[in-house]
Amino acid sequence: MTISFTVNGEERSVDVDPDTPLLWVLRDELRLTGTKFGCGIAQCGACTVHLDGSPRRSCVTPVSMVEGSDITTIEGLSGPEAEAVQAAWRALDVPQCGYCQSGQVMSATALLQQVSSPSDEDIDNAMAGNICRCATYVRIRQAIHDAAKTLEG
Amino acid sequence: MKRFPLSLALATVLAFPAMAQDLRAPADFDSIEDQTERSAAIFEEMGKVLTHPRCLNCHPKGGPTQGDDMQPHEPPVVRGDADFGAPGMTCNTCHGAENFETTGVGGIESIPGHEPWSLAPVEMAWAGLGLGEICEQLKDPERNGDRSLEELHEHMAEDGLVGWGWEPGEGRTPAPGSQELFGQLTQAWIDTGAACPG
Repeated sequence: MTISFTVNGEERSVDVDPDTPLLWVLRDELRLTGTKFGCGIAQCGACTVHLDGSPRRSCVTPVSMVEGSDITTIEGLSGPEAEAVQAAWRALDVPQCGYCQSGQVMSATALLQQVSSPSDEDIDNAMAGNICRCATYVRIRQAIHDAAKTLEG
Repeated sequence: MKRFPLSLALATVLAFPAMAQDLRAPADFDSIEDQTERSAAIFEEMGKVLTHPRCLNCHPKGGPTQGDDMQPHEPPVVRGDADFGAPGMTCNTCHGAENFETTGVGGIESIPGHEPWSLAPVEMAWAGLGLGEICEQLKDPERNGDRSLEELHEHMAEDGLVGWGWEPGEGRTPAPGSQELFGQLTQAWIDTGAACPG
């Protein structure tokens, strides 16, 4: 079955089983390997992408669900919030092993796009589904605060 | 030792499917002569569905619970202003329009889904209440989504998200009986005066 959607601004079509997880399609068909497989059951957040602007766990998303949708992966993430998050991430050395980072950055950017000056509670609620095995949660929270301040100008 | 004939076993299963065994029909209460007592007894039967984890997990006072043991939702989530999670992590971050079978790792065989998917509003929370309290709440328009009894029946008998309780996906125990039977019980309860158990 052919399914068509936009990935990082480009029209893409794939001929796969409609139940194939979007993550498989991104990594194996489209060779966009920045989005990671962590658990396959929506428990860790490593596979987070943006589906029509909102965070979505691609490991539990059948590709049939994204027909006609707009997908953004870590490779195509752009805009002021994304730039502020990535700068704060580098400044605080948030990535340690780095495996969860693409998912973390996707979720953090989406939060700042929706809540420009998030509280600790806002951050904890939005990031609770992104697990970091290096336990850099304190840095993640601080980096989001720093990115929000950068965006305030 | 005599073996139980396979054909007889098959006939038994076909004649008494599990869905018919675990929720009684309105006619099963015909022997109760007093109408109010019969109505309350029918509601107690409805209670098997109303207090089932498939229903209670989405009718909590706080955030959602999950599993037959009704543990807090994992990953941690909050109810949010719209009963749909927090900004940046709404229900549809993971839940789609249909149940989705996972690759099976980690003991979660499927991610439940339905369109729409959300918690019941907090005024409709009944987790932790007794059956009589749930009954009174269901009849109270201020705590049942401003529904008449007729509309309440429609919700029980036809709402798609309610119906998900009987088709919850791999790895989850369905609610007892069927939505059709639950709807019949609800109608019979209303027709007999919508009495509540004491």
